[in-house]
Amino acid sequence: MTALQAALSVRRGEFQLAVDLRADDRDVIAVVGPNGAGKSTVLRALAGLDRCPGPVVIDGTDVSRRSAEQRPVAWVPQRGALFPHLSVLDNVAFGIGRRRGRPLAQEWLERLGVDALAGRRPSQLSGGQAQKVALARALARRPRLLLLDEPLSALDTTARADVRRTLRSHLADFDGVTVLVTHDAVDAASLAGRMLALADGRVVQEGAVDDVMRAPRSPWLAALVGANACRGRMSSGAITLPEGGRLVAADLPADDDVEVMAVFAPHAVTVHRERPRGSARNTWPVTVRALTEVGGRVRVDTEGSPSVVAEVTPGAVDDLGLHEGERVWVSVKATELTVVAL
Amino acid sequence: MRTRGPLSLLVPAAFGVALLAVPLVAVLVKAPWRSLLDLVTSPASRAALRLSLECSAGALALSLVLGVPLAWVLARLEFPGKAALRALVLVPLVLPPVVGGVALLLAFGRHGLLPLHIAFTTRAAILAEGFVALPFLVLSVEGALLAMDREYEEVAATLGSGPFATFRRVTMPLVAPALAAGSALAWARALGEFGATVTFAGSLPGVTQTLPTEIYQQLQNDPDAAVALAVVLLVVSVLVLFVLRGRWRIAR
Repeated sequence: MTALQAALSVRRGEFQLAVDLRADDRDVIAVVGPNGAGKSTVLRALAGLDRCPGPVVIDGTDVSRRSAEQRPVAWVPQRGALFPHLSVLDNVAFGIGRRRGRPLAQEWLERLGVDALAGRRPSQLSGGQAQKVALARALARRPRLLLLDEPLSALDTTARADVRRTLRSHLADFDGVTVLVTHDAVDAASLAGRMLALADGRVVQEGAVDDVMRAPRSPWLAALVGANACRGRMSSGAITLPEGGRLVAADLPADDDVEVMAVFAPHAVTVHRERPRGSARNTWPVTVRALTEVGGRVRVDTEGSPSVVAEVTPGAVDDLGLHEGERVWVSVKATELTVVAL
Repeated sequence: MRTRGPLSLLVPAAFGVALLAVPLVAVLVKAPWRSLLDLVTSPASRAALRLSLECSAGALALSLVLGVPLAWVLARLEFPGKAALRALVLVPLVLPPVVGGVALLLAFGRHGLLPLHIAFTTRAAILAEGFVALPFLVLSVEGALLAMDREYEEVAATLGSGPFATFRRVTMPLVAPALAAGSALAWARALGEFGATVTFAGSLPGVTQTLPTEIYQQLQNDPDAAVALAVVLLVVSVLVLFVLRGRWRIAR
């Protein structure tokens, strides 16, 4: 049975949201789009906070007539919204019930690695700690649908990587559906399996995260999340890719055998006719699969180890004489890679 | 650079200060300090003091029970006539208290619209004081409810908390400072109430003769006693001001 099936339609003044959503258990869907596209409204409509005629079907039951407190849903707004007058422990126990509340809340804090903070007030937490507590509070409800509104956007780089890792491991254990609003390619690629791109309240593109990132159908989407994402394993100071090939990055985890993902923008990939002799550390041969013009730039889809998308100017296509089926060389500087431990 | 004020503004401002300050200084200068304790603890004074505390506490309780829900309705619900309702809440702030007393008499007096048979009883004094105190509480709490981040209430709902449980467990604790400030103001206003009380409840010693009515009567019989009681009310006012320290905001 489909875990979630929703036809969302929300009207607010001039703005009209019309989004169909369908997901199975364990699906993690990243909702991306420019400001005002309706990303947060999708979450609010699913949670029952914004009026929406539906249907919103969770596990075969239409919950669209139910108010927020009666839906099997947990919602984490952008800054977590921990109750400032309650301790961390009581925040997490809030949704569980008085009797079982505290012991169970303590368990959830332990699972997220923040049990040492149980007695603190939210004002005494760092941004990353607050997000983990907010996540514990949401998961402790054992929801069928977990709604996360830009869970990482308010955090600095270090906290971001830390919370991202926590999120990833808990989303893997979570047996319901997760819908996650983000505007970051790295976060989407490392957390979600599917991507839903919104503009003006409508879905403009939908598919596997890697596919949407590698072939965004509009310039703004390319600017927002267009990126190459290569998964691999660390071995002797480089990322070894399953399809063969190695990538080197400026910042790499020191430990061998760690699973990682390297994310880099298409415009960071340069295309050459001959093997380049420059300083770029990552250079490999590829075959041009397709050339697509998007917003005044040409996307060069290539096949190789790894397969990547490069973005070049139409002039460069002419100068290089690029055609489909051609063998060329691509290169990426080590500093252009963002590496995320998975 | 520091602004230097023109005399045409500084002089009237100084007169304004004098208008506010001289009466206060006068009370302190003219107060019968030596016999103050005896005057304040005389049987009549003590009766008035006790009654005042009772009535103002009752008026505060009334304001809390009626005013907090009213503030919530104004801040959280959308309905036709909301602007009119808010104006109605403000009426006791601008209405001359004597007129308020007359209106209460016509409403709840013996021959009133809804005769409660409480005119000239302690309960009438509580009702009159509550009538003038209510707006202070409503405005203070409504302002805090409007300024509060709605996300907390929404998160509470998604955590399975019903509307009243959310109000009790999330909304009230978050507006507690405004609730305290509004309570202090409402209580202070009730304590000093004179016009509406004397009109609706009269001035019966031990029943409805609160501090302000006692002061007014004593001014004719025993001026020193009146001034002594005035000092008491003045000190209470200053204390309330100190407790609030600018923590009070009117809605919008």
